[in-house]
Amino acid sequence: MRVALMVPCYADALEPETGIATLQLLRRLGIDVDYPVDQTCCSQPMVNAGFHEDAKATQAHFVDTFAGYDYIVAPSNSCVRNVRENLTAVEQTDRTREVRSRIVELVEFLHDVLQVEDFPWAEFPHKVTYHDSCSSIRFLKSSSMSELREEPYSKPLALLSRVRGIEIEQTKRPDECCGFGGTFSVLEPATSVKMGQDKVADHSSTGATHVVSGDGSCTMHLNSCARRLGLPMKFLHIAQVLNGDRG
Amino acid sequence: MSLNHHLRHAEAASPEAIPDQQPREPQPRGAKVHGNHPVDHDEAAARFIAAPHHEHMHDSRLWDLRQQRDAQMHGIEEWEELREHASRVKSHTLANLGDYLEQFTAAAQANGVHVHWARDAAEHNQIVHSIMSDHGARSLIKSKSMLTEECGFREYMAGVGIEVIETDLGERIQQLDDEPPSHIVVPATHKLRTDVAQVFARTLGTDPNNSEVHYLAEQQREKTRPLILQADVGMTGANFAIAENGAIAVCTNEGNADLSANVPPLHIASIGIEKIIPRVADLGVFIRLLSRSALGSPITQYTSHFRGPRPGAEMHFVMVDNGRSERLGDETFWSSLKCIRCSACMNTCPVFRRSGGLSYGATYSGPIGLILDPTMNRRKYSKLPYASTLNGSCTNVCPVKINIHEQIFEWRKVMASEHQPAVAERAMMKAAGVVLSNPRAYRAAVAGADRALRVLPQFAVDIPLNPWATPGRETPQAPRETFHEWYRRTDGGRIDTELPASGEDGSGTEEDQG
Repeated sequence: MRVALMVPCYADALEPETGIATLQLLRRLGIDVDYPVDQTCCSQPMVNAGFHEDAKATQAHFVDTFAGYDYIVAPSNSCVRNVRENLTAVEQTDRTREVRSRIVELVEFLHDVLQVEDFPWAEFPHKVTYHDSCSSIRFLKSSSMSELREEPYSKPLALLSRVRGIEIEQTKRPDECCGFGGTFSVLEPATSVKMGQDKVADHSSTGATHVVSGDGSCTMHLNSCARRLGLPMKFLHIAQVLNGDRG
Repeated sequence: MSLNHHLRHAEAASPEAIPDQQPREPQPRGAKVHGNHPVDHDEAAARFIAAPHHEHMHDSRLWDLRQQRDAQMHGIEEWEELREHASRVKSHTLANLGDYLEQFTAAAQANGVHVHWARDAAEHNQIVHSIMSDHGARSLIKSKSMLTEECGFREYMAGVGIEVIETDLGERIQQLDDEPPSHIVVPATHKLRTDVAQVFARTLGTDPNNSEVHYLAEQQREKTRPLILQADVGMTGANFAIAENGAIAVCTNEGNADLSANVPPLHIASIGIEKIIPRVADLGVFIRLLSRSALGSPITQYTSHFRGPRPGAEMHFVMVDNGRSERLGDETFWSSLKCIRCSACMNTCPVFRRSGGLSYGATYSGPIGLILDPTMNRRKYSKLPYASTLNGSCTNVCPVKINIHEQIFEWRKVMASEHQPAVAERAMMKAAGVVLSNPRAYRAAVAGADRALRVLPQFAVDIPLNPWATPGRETPQAPRETFHEWYRRTDGGRIDTELPASGEDGSGTEEDQG
């Protein structure tokens, strides 16, 4: 099985520990991971703002970088969503379609593909809340959606429940958007910050000390809001917890 | 028209969280609209959020409606099938709209109704005016209708000296305050009770310090009821127009459509051409979905059917296009015509709940507004598709399954390709496209994580200052090295697996970037 690691541009620059934890976790699980060093970005910033023509070359580069792998694993729901749904500015060759169909988000890879039953090295003796991003819930369907009539489920919580010592709390509005939204956070700062503050308050009111998420962009925003509010919450990527980080 | 009913359903759906002893917080006003200049949603949203009592009350009221909607949904086993069915009925009707409009018109005429056709808002207003002139009518009572808002009907009538009295309580409050509705179903939901007391004191002469619900309701009723009883014309909208029998159905929680239609001798209904459904049997599907999606109540208090004039009276239907035919021909956006104006997408939208409906500066606000408004004025509403996080909740609650968030995304494409965003944004996107497609240029741009922090958000739009430095949000702390640098330094973790410092010591962080 040839597996490539895709590290989102924001994680590469601002949250390297996410990439490192993902790499180490996959190795612990016996996967020999390639990290294509020429990777840049999935084109989401331009696509999200509507500039598809300007995203074309970046998408072509993405396809060139990641073609030929059985799985492209990325620790970011929004990037995976972007590649699957919106890598459409570039020509839809067999390679493009292959890349779009073979990208998987880390939780999906662990839960659906590898079907990992145990993380014997992982222990997290803290009270946590899970931050599910909109991309993970409503697009990758990693967790059930409160708007739809469906049975409750959560792939990330199913994985986290295998971690020793962890105590998981539920927020009041578990699938309310945190207000990051890529360009939204820049173009609509007032609403973005208010949503972030409300979300942080929801997490904080559970008594949790740590917020765990599969989306570092949401938690980067939430962390910024929490620090301004003076809330001493810690934010970790799920890869870190599953890889044995003890918080 | 009972205020109590209205308040139980909407305005007072959640308790107001304002302690009485607090000084009154002035009600924030909506977006500043200047002709066709692009409406600045963020500017108005910032003012709404800066009024914490209003913002908090608004968010909790509408979230309460959303939760009641969820409870109703869980009570209907076939909910998802019902949505799918409603969506298909609408698709079918819109695909055969011409035929159904003909059938509806023939049936309505056979019932003794006069049917008129209006190409646009101006024609709609002129038709209504001319019907009134023919009858020498001077005053009009009106049940709430978004279509007449769309047509600027109230302003037109004021210009020709005809008095219009709104019979829906929320809409009447908005009329007295000279504001448009902020929400499709709950027009005054952005106001606190104390705001209403101020409006009534100013316009009806009530006690400004008494915001007690029953007092306000009774005062309003006493002041407005005589105007209703003396009106020459009654006007309603139509929630549904049924092709097979030529009837319309109007849903209200206050019974005010019945007043408007039955008290004066002349009833005029303004009907968007997309309101047609084929059969009476189809109506049940939509009635089951409408109020459950809107307010989380199983049904609206009054679902009134109007089929023909009562003896001695007249009934007119004004069928309004106003851009609908053009939208119907649009491959990407036609399905927005399925909308039954339930407002579920507004109630669930985290942006709408925080910013208030008037911040959109348009007749239709919230998620549905983001996709309807640009079909009416591309330039004026060019920024609205960006007033969304694309979280997708709107699509999930839509009872007729409009892919709202996907259409918002598609509108951004249109705006970008038609050069609606500012020149600086376009230049920055082009630059981002070049840098992100070239590994060497990319590595040079993000060499050192602190520089990346400055560069990355700017891929989104050109902003002269650090975008994180908005009140309420700290700049993220930059780590000592990027993942890429770590990978190179440690040969992918094979040499040294020690984690790089997370920037807790502040190294590499520039607080005053820009």
